[in-house]
Amino acid sequence: MTTMDVSANALPRAAEEPHGPKPRRVSPARIGVYAFLVVSALFFLVPLYVMVVTSLKTMPEIRLGHLFGLPQSWTVQPWIDAWLNACTGRDCNGLYPGFWNSVKITVPSVIVSIIIASINGYALSFWRYKFANLFFGLLVFGAFVPYQVVIYPLIMALRQMHLFATMPGIIIVHTIFGMPILTILFRNYYAAMPAELFKAARVDGAGFWQIFFRIMVPMSVPITIVAVILQVTGIWNDFLFGVVFAGRANWPMTVQLNNIVNTTTGTRAYNVDMAATILTAAVPLAVYFISGRWFVRGIAAGAVKG
Amino acid sequence: MQPSVSIKQLSLNFGHVNVLHSLDLDVSPGEFLVLLGPSGCGKSTLLNCIAGLLDVSEGQIHISGRNVTWEEPKDRGIGMVFQSYALYPQMTVEGNLSFGLKVAGIKKDEIADRVSRAAAILQIENLLKRKPVELSGGQRQRVAIGRALVRDVDVFLFDEPLSNLDAKLRSDLRVEIKRLHHKLKNTMIYVTHDQIEAMTLADRIAIMKGGIIQQLDTPHEIYNKPVNLFVAGFIGSPTMNFLKGTVTGGGVNIGSLTIPLESYAFQQDRPAEGTKVVVGIRPEHVAIREAAGAAPVQCDVEVEVVEPMGAETHVWTRLDGQNFTLMCDADHQFAIGEIARVGFDLSKGSVFDEETGSRL
Repeated sequence: MTTMDVSANALPRAAEEPHGPKPRRVSPARIGVYAFLVVSALFFLVPLYVMVVTSLKTMPEIRLGHLFGLPQSWTVQPWIDAWLNACTGRDCNGLYPGFWNSVKITVPSVIVSIIIASINGYALSFWRYKFANLFFGLLVFGAFVPYQVVIYPLIMALRQMHLFATMPGIIIVHTIFGMPILTILFRNYYAAMPAELFKAARVDGAGFWQIFFRIMVPMSVPITIVAVILQVTGIWNDFLFGVVFAGRANWPMTVQLNNIVNTTTGTRAYNVDMAATILTAAVPLAVYFISGRWFVRGIAAGAVKG
Repeated sequence: MQPSVSIKQLSLNFGHVNVLHSLDLDVSPGEFLVLLGPSGCGKSTLLNCIAGLLDVSEGQIHISGRNVTWEEPKDRGIGMVFQSYALYPQMTVEGNLSFGLKVAGIKKDEIADRVSRAAAILQIENLLKRKPVELSGGQRQRVAIGRALVRDVDVFLFDEPLSNLDAKLRSDLRVEIKRLHHKLKNTMIYVTHDQIEAMTLADRIAIMKGGIIQQLDTPHEIYNKPVNLFVAGFIGSPTMNFLKGTVTGGGVNIGSLTIPLESYAFQQDRPAEGTKVVVGIRPEHVAIREAAGAAPVQCDVEVEVVEPMGAETHVWTRLDGQNFTLMCDADHQFAIGEIARVGFDLSKGSVFDEETGSRL
């Protein structure tokens, strides 16, 4: 304990005179804001809660109709069924094959699209070649084209190349459609880098690829994380391209989930449907939770600068 | 002697904007040339052209007797130092210094040799293993200079290298750059908008405005014999006093006062009677109070603002309705509104044609 004489250092002051940190008062407005936030959070969490509890109930219990009640007898059988036994059309192998299809589609699509987009962005921001602006304009325009418009021409093109309904076909489609937004993302990131860095590297004698791999790539970790998040969630959640371009053997998890849920024969197994849905959403959810901070930063980077 | 850097009829256009107009410039070997001018005058653009970072629209650039107009920056025999240091952030200091040499495919022991030599010259040996983020501004700029140093080149280009540093560091590094130049004796071309850097460092200063070199001369000549109103106003702080008047009889009439022209050395003939002229007097060439008695021109001014700088005092006054600044010993005390006697001698002044702005 110190034995400092506090009173000797104390300022002479009247009790009502402002001193020290400004006191924080809880105002009614603040209470209102918090109340609104809590209610909003609950509003969005309730469906998730219902899904989780339903997936842990048995079918007889679900038929009783206590939507919000906790399970009386807990069971994980619906989760096992959803993963291994649920019927998607004629096959009854559960979501498991779809999960692996999704992995096989997502991983190469993400890697290839990010590699190409980062080179695009680098070339667009540092090497002002002829028609660079036109090219960039076309890419931005591409970001606004509705997917549905180009599906049919794309089917024709892929069929000509014998890539329709194949794994490489769906990977190419995802790479193409990721290109506009990813290129904009990387271009804006590189555009915000000091141009003098690039000039210094040129004076040092580095060429196009040396500058890219030895200077730019090591500095691109944050934006690459953002791009990975965007692409993983986007491609994993995709249904349309998967159902059109992947082919029956390669259908991703989302397509298989749809087939499970929309099965028309027999009774609807709500608990299995819920478990299957949560399983399908698990990957993007995990990505969000692990990297939410980066995700917001990436969105901000893409939205503010450009 | 063959010039180290020679620029011939150089023009540069960005679209329709003409940034440099058929510019000629010769820099001798070992010379320290400063390109000085306000922002947008084309000085950095000129430096980037010399470095090969911008393609020229017309003209030629020769470095060490070789036409390098179409050469890549790395083949021009130049090293460059940037305002923002432009150090590679993910590399250590050592990595930054050796990057260019590695790219050029130079042998490992030779690289180590050159890096340690540069580090010794710049006293950054103890920083070699650090990353740029761990360095202070001054240390970073030293590393940036080192990166130019290891290249073993004839010509160093500096693009406002001290502008990002605080005032104290700036003056320290200024002296170090001068020392470095004495030691290395390379040709150095240095871009700045800071007239003190220009005056202290340069063998010759090229003052630029609107893509044209206004005056290319030693700091002494530029300071004492500016060729036009722009140069006169740009160099010197506080700014040179400009008194507008008309040539009448043997002097310049500026209203109540006539400044005699006998002591002034005209470039050519005396201007004709009735010519509108501007008389330029540097604030430090104005004598005040007792000292004013000896001066050939004397008048009274009204004190408006007094700025004690410590070493000297700047006094802002009005003379015949025109602004008039003078610099005097810090021992003088002034009251605002006081009428003070001042005197000056036109032999140290300048006379410009009001219409063309050029020195008479």
